[in-house]
Amino acid sequence: MEYSIFQIIILSIFVNNFVLARFLGLCPYMGVSKQLDSAIGMGMAVTFVMTIASLVTWLLYTFFLAPTYENVFYSLFNLPIQDVPDLTFLRTIVFILVIASLVQFIEMYIQKVSPTLYRALGIYLPLITTNCAILGVAVLNIDLFFIDGLPAESSFIHTIVQAFSAGLGFTLVLVLMAGIRERLEMIGIPKPLRGLPIAFIVAGLMSIAFLGFSGMNIG
Amino acid sequence: MSLITEAVKGIYKENPVFRLALGLCPVLAVSTSIINAIGMGAATTFVLLSSNTIVSLLILLFGKILSEEGQKSINKIRIPMFIVVIASFVTIVEMVMAAYFPELSESLGIFIPLIVVNCIILGRAEGFASKNPLLPSIADAIGMGIGFTLALTAIAFIRELLGSGALLGFNIMGGEFKPVLLFILPPGAFLVIGIYMGFLNWLDERKKRSS
Repeated sequence: MEYSIFQIIILSIFVNNFVLARFLGLCPYMGVSKQLDSAIGMGMAVTFVMTIASLVTWLLYTFFLAPTYENVFYSLFNLPIQDVPDLTFLRTIVFILVIASLVQFIEMYIQKVSPTLYRALGIYLPLITTNCAILGVAVLNIDLFFIDGLPAESSFIHTIVQAFSAGLGFTLVLVLMAGIRERLEMIGIPKPLRGLPIAFIVAGLMSIAFLGFSGMNIG
Repeated sequence: MSLITEAVKGIYKENPVFRLALGLCPVLAVSTSIINAIGMGAATTFVLLSSNTIVSLLILLFGKILSEEGQKSINKIRIPMFIVVIASFVTIVEMVMAAYFPELSESLGIFIPLIVVNCIILGRAEGFASKNPLLPSIADAIGMGIGFTLALTAIAFIRELLGSGALLGFNIMGGEFKPVLLFILPPGAFLVIGIYMGFLNWLDERKKRSS
């Protein structure tokens, strides 16, 4: 099914929110949502890495892994199209390695170019490699915008838009959660529920609220 | 004796899901039915067992053939090395599932490739298998795998029972029962795991008080 850009934005921020509907990126959601400042930093770092990782994995998948007319074996080495190797089964290995090295690279680059940005995002970057939302969005892009493993029309722009708005959705719920948890500290909660259990129950209530978006008609 | 302790600790005392809060994403996402939960648990246990075995053997091998200097430089790239090992086994699982269990593969969907980033697996490879000999690593992997599967099944039990009035696909609540749809939907997962964790904390506290 083809989506319009607007639909993709609304779907990935609200309806299929990465944390509350797709269950991706729960570790940082539970771990970094104790303070508002760190939640904003983490959200920005995730959005940033997600967009870049999606861009790079899309390029790799289209030009190296999938047997398309864009594949380098066809376009550069003039291999007949039926002989172009179908490497799509290497997707998981390639993506995770690319994301892990990309995060390292981004960290070094930011440190060099903008110390201010590094101070804001730096400590969150190493945590991001094991954040399943990043690999999740890269795999989801392929699942949603590729038909039988081949890129659909305008899949590139859709990929970027989905990654960026998924990051925004992640930031939104992370910041909301941090706001709630800062207040939870002051309240007398039954002792066994303190810490993670109450955070999960709060997340459940937020998720109920976000269920409301799934009734939205965005045509 | 110690092998058994190594295996048993993963089931209750250091349960990866309820105690260590690791690998939560797949736990919450696939616990809508017991079949999915067992399938995911088996896949994760397989990857955990294989990666723990290989990592433990690799470290043993490096200790035998490399000089001290070589071991130090290998130590720097151990995390990427572990990730490649894990990702290879995940790819095997992905292909086997798609070939022999297409329905399960469809309903687990994106969470099969995401086993790679499950913190339990990298955590056990780095924190246990790389520091221990082969047999304890295997025992640890089996224990953690079973603990993960049990936790997943425990959550799926409640969600499937209340959310669709069935267990393993058989309707057992009778015709009068109206399923509470909420438990199948995403919020149910958060609520059930929160209440489970709270309940375990409460049990611990009661035990501490009585002793």
